[in-house]
Amino acid sequence: MVFILIFLVVESFPAIRDIGLIAFFTDPSWHPTEQSYNLVPMLFGTLLVTSGAVVLSTPLGLLLAIFCQFYAPPIVASLYRKGIELLAGVPSVVYGLWGLVVLVPLIARIQPPGPSLIAGIIVLTIMILPTVTLVSESALRQVPKEIIQSATALGLKRWSMIRYIIVPTAWSGILTGVILQTSRAIGETMAIVMVCGNVVQIPSSLFDPIRTLTANIALEMAYATDAHRASLFLTGLLLLLMVVSLIITAQRFRPKGYE
Amino acid sequence: MNKPRLLNDSLLPTLAIWTVAGLVGCAFLWLIGDVIWQGTRYLSWEFLISPPANAGRQGGISTILVSTGLILLVCMSVSLPIGLGAAVFLAEWTSVSQPFSQFIRRSLDVLASVPSIVFGLFGNAFFCQLLGLGFSILSGGLTLACMVLPILIRTTEEGFRALPQDYRLSASALGLTKKSTLFHLLLPAAIPSLLVGFILGLGRAIAETAALIFTSGYVDRMPESLLDSGRALSIHIYDLSMNVPGGDQAAYATALALIACLVMLNSLSSWISGLWARTRILTT
Repeated sequence: MVFILIFLVVESFPAIRDIGLIAFFTDPSWHPTEQSYNLVPMLFGTLLVTSGAVVLSTPLGLLLAIFCQFYAPPIVASLYRKGIELLAGVPSVVYGLWGLVVLVPLIARIQPPGPSLIAGIIVLTIMILPTVTLVSESALRQVPKEIIQSATALGLKRWSMIRYIIVPTAWSGILTGVILQTSRAIGETMAIVMVCGNVVQIPSSLFDPIRTLTANIALEMAYATDAHRASLFLTGLLLLLMVVSLIITAQRFRPKGYE
Repeated sequence: MNKPRLLNDSLLPTLAIWTVAGLVGCAFLWLIGDVIWQGTRYLSWEFLISPPANAGRQGGISTILVSTGLILLVCMSVSLPIGLGAAVFLAEWTSVSQPFSQFIRRSLDVLASVPSIVFGLFGNAFFCQLLGLGFSILSGGLTLACMVLPILIRTTEEGFRALPQDYRLSASALGLTKKSTLFHLLLPAAIPSLLVGFILGLGRAIAETAALIFTSGYVDRMPESLLDSGRALSIHIYDLSMNVPGGDQAAYATALALIACLVMLNSLSSWISGLWARTRILTT
């Protein structure tokens, strides 16, 4: 851990020394060959895609978890769970392939060009949804049986029981899962490269192509040299810091008595 | 559990939840069905055993399967001993409450969720350039080893901690040294959890793309040694769909092959952990 951090700092140091930290946010644009390194559009790209995917997948995942746990008949629930477990293991590049072949042409028909912010959000949502569902379900399952029994005894309706008693009880577990998935969404690379269009700009609508921090590394690492290469390592460092701070937040939220 | 009766239920949320579940289920079925349907049309025995031709549009994936296998072999033969050692150390020689071991455990958790592309950068700088291995299967496998180690260590450690304390107490009552307790008693008992961790790590490694692009390279020839560049399955999919026009069919077939591998690994791991749960109290 420390080793990797040191390495990233050492490799990105030339960038900080030669270009200066502020330049990464104030330069006119991202044109490494002309010595201008502005990371802001890509930072925006990452934040927009990630928050879009998390905002969409949290309620969906929670609803699916409630469905499996309280609504579905046992056979349907176990089938559903099997399917979701399978999907949680599918490699991201396969989601990217599906997005590229199926989703992007579909979006292009509504509003060209197809590769766009919204395609990225949808693919990421589908990608993290299985895990969000599994984690929320295990949080729901940890709610003590006595609470559910007394709620039923009081004659609460199923929905009000879930809404006012079970979800609040399981909330911290669900939140931890969501934060962990956010970190996965930030770090996702290949699926995003394949569907987002990779144009460096701050998007003005959902249908604009964007490029994220991770995609930037993946695309330019192959030919980057010197300061350009160092600035890519700086991008990696930035990503690492974002994820680490998320994880530390998640550990703070972790339900008591978990370990 | 006592299921609340249907009468005692508000209609709207029930309806909403069933609709959402149905819709998402359909979307997932669409995705998986698409891959299976498109993939099976192209997938055949020939596809698996012939080398790619015409940038992957024709031919098969044999060389890519070999490279993937080699990368995984390097990754696992490096990470397994280190992972096992670290897990034994954490579980048997430190206690949960020690600040030092808590720090290690925390940083392993953080490390497990570091984006894979950051591992790729690190691997490129350290293995490819500093150690001079270049773009090769060896550096790809070593990078993947760094990536799966956290998961491997944590799973194995949990396995060791789950062993009943009685084992250790009775062993030391019998006058066994810590070393022979470990080798003759604890290690055999913890092997199932080690296997599960191993398979989880393998699954993560096999699905990895981003970390491999700058470490193991792109070349789709048959690798001649570990220092040759080799292309993994997931990179093949990425390359076919992004850079090769008309490569979609082969990409789908490769994706299907990859998913099939993963499903096999998953069922293997759940079978093993099921076996473990049944023979939890064992007399080795």
